[in-house]
Amino acid sequence: MVQDQEIKTTPLHALHLELGAKMVPFAGYDMPVQYPLGVLKEHLHVRQSAGLFDVSHMGQTILRGHEGVDIAALLEQLVPGSIQTLVEGGLRYTMFLNDNGGILDDLMVTRPENAENSLYLVVNAGCKEADFALIQKKIGNKCHMEILDDRALLALQGPKAVDVLEGIIPGVASLSFMRARNFTYEGQELYISRSGYTGEDGFEISIPGYKAPAFAKRLLGSSAVEAIGLGARDSLRLEAGLCLYGSDLIPETTPVEADLLFALGKVRRERKDFPGAERILAQIENGPDIKRVGIKPLGRAPARSHTGIVDLEGNLIGEITSGGFGPSANGPVAMGYVKSKFSEIGTALGLVIRGKVMEAEVVALPFVPHRYFRKPK
Amino acid sequence: MGMIKFSEDHEWIHSEDGIATVGITDFAQKALGDVVFVELPELGANVAKGDDIAVVESVKAASEVYAPVSGEIVAVNSALEDDPALVNRSPQDDGWFFKIKLADEGELEDLLDEDAYDAFAKDQA
Repeated sequence: MVQDQEIKTTPLHALHLELGAKMVPFAGYDMPVQYPLGVLKEHLHVRQSAGLFDVSHMGQTILRGHEGVDIAALLEQLVPGSIQTLVEGGLRYTMFLNDNGGILDDLMVTRPENAENSLYLVVNAGCKEADFALIQKKIGNKCHMEILDDRALLALQGPKAVDVLEGIIPGVASLSFMRARNFTYEGQELYISRSGYTGEDGFEISIPGYKAPAFAKRLLGSSAVEAIGLGARDSLRLEAGLCLYGSDLIPETTPVEADLLFALGKVRRERKDFPGAERILAQIENGPDIKRVGIKPLGRAPARSHTGIVDLEGNLIGEITSGGFGPSANGPVAMGYVKSKFSEIGTALGLVIRGKVMEAEVVALPFVPHRYFRKPK
Repeated sequence: MGMIKFSEDHEWIHSEDGIATVGITDFAQKALGDVVFVELPELGANVAKGDDIAVVESVKAASEVYAPVSGEIVAVNSALEDDPALVNRSPQDDGWFFKIKLADEGELEDLLDEDAYDAFAKDQA
């Protein structure tokens, strides 16, 4: 095969091949799109039991503030989330914004235990080079950025994930959703968070790359766990109503249009001190022109991304940004952007699929209820 | 018994008494993965060889199904609408898509026989 650029591999590449995965290029990496089980059964297995995902292509980095610089306040220059209020061991979903309030990437920020003025970031594979360059350019003179390209990242997701992982790493069961701790495994430090991209309970595990294959095999040794490819990862996150960067979020969309208001920290709104604050706060005040919504096609035909959305008179009012078949929803599911006056739940819409208008409806997200492990406050 | 032929679009074509029954091959269903939706042509439609006249979708993606020969659609397998997974379970039997009344039996000559198709599919694997 001829490649324009050399394709990269993760520490689990040989294991994927050994497991019989069908490999595809994704964000510059040769990644498993599915294993012999197939996308449909992989998807259902995660919802019923547990699935292991290799997400080592994602970017992991630790930012450490220089002497006298609060790293949380520094990172807040790039994102609208309240990072200064993030407790030790807490995770926050946020996004890098451009000066116009457009989303450059979405990411997870963790303030590790015993953080000592550091933050751990996980960013999208396809954006990581640009994200690291942005950090370097905007705040690089006030912090040290350590790119953790020697670490693998695994996700173990599903209702049985906790029992499987607790059997190998005692203590993980005590974490609640969006909390993280460091654990020692065979003398190595693992960063484990209770988080994920499926809507299910589960964990993300950062582990030194050389340790990852044996660790992954140990997880797969449990009868509860199957290896899951990118195909099911996409259908799971879509049913969970979670955005895919590059499809549902692009540099032209703001967090308000994307209906991600929860990611705009209250104190940040008051301080109006994040990139694009003027435009974003005006959109909150006046309502955005377009808005991301869940869309349920009423027939059986899946509506793929870029499908046109029309009103009942046939006028184009938006576009599907993610869509396909939801194995757990047992039917087509989609999300997309519509003009705001069509964003009310229950609004009847049309989808232009192969030249025909198919009936659809605006619905609340997610399509499948989240089952995160939250502790009572 | 009739005759079975194959297209480079991974369809099988079983022709008997001027009627061609068309479906996708086992190779095609394996490559697609679990089929979750099938859209069939309209009964009575006149189709030309090469037209995209049906759609088969897996969780991942949609693929077109082309008319391997020209003619009139005289039957469609509506069982696929309720049970699209029939394409995976029985691609070359119960999972047939449509029947075409051949406009030109000579078009069958352009299709591949089983050995030629197997060699073609092996090249694509």
